Amino acid sequence: MKKSFQFFSQREALTGRNSSAQGAALGQKQNGISPERAKPTSVALSGLNDCRSITTRGRAPGFRIARLQRFGAGTFTWLHRATITRYIFTFLLAALTTATAFAKLNVVATTPDFGALAQQIGGDKVDVFTIARPTEDPHFVDAKPSFVVKLNRADALIEGGAELESGWLRALLDKARNSKLEHDKPGRIVAHEGVQLLEVPATLDRAKGDVHAAGNPHFTTDPLNAKIVAGHIANAFSHLDPKSASVFQANLDKFNREIDAKIPEWMKRLAPLKGKRVVAYHNAWPYFAKRFDVRIDLFLEPKPGIPPSPSHLAGVVSTMKSEGVKIILVEPFRDRRYAETLASHAEAVVLDVAFVPGAKGAGDTYIDWMDKLVSSLVNAAEGKK
Amino acid sequence: MKKQFLIPIILCASWLPLSAQNSGEVEQLRQQLQQVKDAFEKSQAESRRQIEELTRKLDEVLKNVPPASRRAETNAIAKTPEQLALERQLAVELGGINATNADSRRPSLQQPWTPSQPIPVFRAGQAYMNMSFDALMDFGWSSASDPSAELQLGGHDPTSRGFTLPNAEIALDGAVDPYFKGFANIVLKLDNDGGTEIELEEAYGQTTSLPANLQLKAGQFFAAFGRHNPQHPHQWAFVDQPLILNRTMGPDGLRNVGAQLSWLAPLPFYTEASVGMFNGQGETATSFRSPGEDDGAGVNRYLGRATRDRNLRGVGDLLYVPRLASSFDLTDEQTIVAGVSGAFGPNNAGNHTRTEIYGVDLYWKWKPANAQQGFPFVSWQTEVLYRKFNAAAEAAVPLPAETIRDYGFYSQLMWGFRPRWITGLRGEWVSGNNSAIDRTDIFRGDRTRISPVLTWFPSEFSKIRLQYNYDQGQHFSDEHSIWLQFEFLLGAHGAHQF
Repeated sequence: MKKSFQFFSQREALTGRNSSAQGAALGQKQNGISPERAKPTSVALSGLNDCRSITTRGRAPGFRIARLQRFGAGTFTWLHRATITRYIFTFLLAALTTATAFAKLNVVATTPDFGALAQQIGGDKVDVFTIARPTEDPHFVDAKPSFVVKLNRADALIEGGAELESGWLRALLDKARNSKLEHDKPGRIVAHEGVQLLEVPATLDRAKGDVHAAGNPHFTTDPLNAKIVAGHIANAFSHLDPKSASVFQANLDKFNREIDAKIPEWMKRLAPLKGKRVVAYHNAWPYFAKRFDVRIDLFLEPKPGIPPSPSHLAGVVSTMKSEGVKIILVEPFRDRRYAETLASHAEAVVLDVAFVPGAKGAGDTYIDWMDKLVSSLVNAAEGKK
Repeated sequence: MKKQFLIPIILCASWLPLSAQNSGEVEQLRQQLQQVKDAFEKSQAESRRQIEELTRKLDEVLKNVPPASRRAETNAIAKTPEQLALERQLAVELGGINATNADSRRPSLQQPWTPSQPIPVFRAGQAYMNMSFDALMDFGWSSASDPSAELQLGGHDPTSRGFTLPNAEIALDGAVDPYFKGFANIVLKLDNDGGTEIELEEAYGQTTSLPANLQLKAGQFFAAFGRHNPQHPHQWAFVDQPLILNRTMGPDGLRNVGAQLSWLAPLPFYTEASVGMFNGQGETATSFRSPGEDDGAGVNRYLGRATRDRNLRGVGDLLYVPRLASSFDLTDEQTIVAGVSGAFGPNNAGNHTRTEIYGVDLYWKWKPANAQQGFPFVSWQTEVLYRKFNAAAEAAVPLPAETIRDYGFYSQLMWGFRPRWITGLRGEWVSGNNSAIDRTDIFRGDRTRISPVLTWFPSEFSKIRLQYNYDQGQHFSDEHSIWLQFEFLLGAHGAHQF
């Protein structure tokens, strides 16, 4: 029975060209989109139309043909074979074009800041999945098997590098079996490339805490670094989807213009904090501090990755008192109790800051997030809640 | 004969005018060298003088700076009485969240390099190989005078009263080329007589770019059977190996020379299928073609059965280890991994005897969205194993042909209740059918063990663990053991598997 309706597909295939052209025109009209974009879509649609018409129209007479075959009509069999191959080929081609036409780039970002930038550059041409949640410490992410599946199907991976994800990304990639994400492939986007990393330790000594050998990996807090990362992303996306390169480039230009316009504004707003000292839980803000000339060099942690100790906090309190430091930055994944205790002793305020875009109320895009971050800092400095 | 004398004479003769000619040049070079040396020493002296002068100036300037801001600079190295009081008060208020880290100086990250410091030559990402060294040492006591006799039968368990060092591991890994990755684990352990044993625990290559979601691994490695078997001792949640694994997989785990093909299924949820193919020979394949131990009468026995040296007669005589594992994210904060495994191969208890092992494993973990350094969390891991060991009849003893069956489970609940602190409880039970040698073999018979544990991680690179074992077995009365374990890790920070 299967074979029987294939017979009619040959006839259908002859007229099919015609109908696919009609379908293309129809598709364009219906969708109201530009011809370049509509082309592959409409081909696919017409392909589907073809097979539908085959199944509906071909069924009834098909039985007759099958019966004929049983009486040894060899020529029919050969004809069938040729049409079957042709039919399968057309179908596969149609399916393939459908897939590529509809498919957005599957992008996996390790942390939400890269995720937000990828979305900004990729727009509706990409599907972005972010592994670390905005409320999660990017150093301590579980290598869940579901992430293996995401990485297996990804066209691109954006990682910070500089040992930010060293505790979990390798375990995932080892299992993901995705050659597109190998080093030096366009799909592997290493965000820190071209960024001047701060605090590269002169000597490696874990007695100094969990210091990253490549330098401080929290570099997206400087908007100029975000521009560098956005550039990498646009470049990689353009390689992976050349047809949409102009879109990515336009999005990148727009982002860069926005950042360039925003930086003087942010600097102006942060002027009251210029040269002032601000306390942070972890040494996660050196890039922000450098860009906006705020001193964020006093930490609750005595050493990176080592929890606060009373003796260390006592030292921080006296420094805060003697210098009049009034703001303590705390990310959502830190123990707020330490900061509160410190605040009560040093008469300071605890400022909950989102470390990356995407957290509740923190702004979804990079610029929104930076806007909110600057506002909350300025408000805290002015004593507003 | 004459020619032989001629050659040195000619050589000497040719040297004479040369040396005369060179003597003038040598003198000239010596003079030049002396000049350069003098210049160097002069500039060095000048630099030293400058350094001393600058140091003196800096000291003078610092003397004039008020002490308060200096303290801020160095972040409280010298403590005033008020500060000490504040420190005590903070310790009380924080209720001992962490009252241990006394060092109050911030890390000096951007100090310029000085000649007294070592030159960094080995950085992550700047070497072709990641290297680490991990050592586990135990101190403990047991109501059994020799815990290694019946209680602690694992190859990396603490096996005696007092101190033991059951595992010191050198781990190497890296990309071989664009197509392969290589891994090696070399384990050193001290036995109870102080001798050092070396085992090549793992050494294998793994493909990185096979098509169709496939991955091939070849070399010596842990068989992918269940959750616990592929883990290295430093990844364990307890100081010792679960009893059922000790019996079925062997004291050192099931690892052998072989190859494994695994496949990630194209499904919306994680599903990985793998099949391992091993030689299945030796002590690290206990249930299969293992030699067993000398029974004192010159006969090697395993499970009381005389073993023979069986060679491979065909590919059907290899050990096959298939596994299927799936994982689901139940919610954003909860993940479950479930797997089924098998191990099938010939054993040495007869010419045509075989062993079959079946296992089911389950792992569940909860971790909140705003976890701090991965804490708090709760995880639950359980494995059930069943082994069917066929043995041929033995005429000499005599022993009948029979099927020896062993089964059991372990179940462990871990709770990371605050950053760096994990407590847990493990319950285990093992049993088996009655066989001809049931009563004498320490690897058989009923046994129950309950183990509460408390682990503290001072940092990610060190661990201190305290465990108590309540043991009840068919071969011994109730036994109590307490083990304290210390672990440290040097070198590359490995990625954690889920």
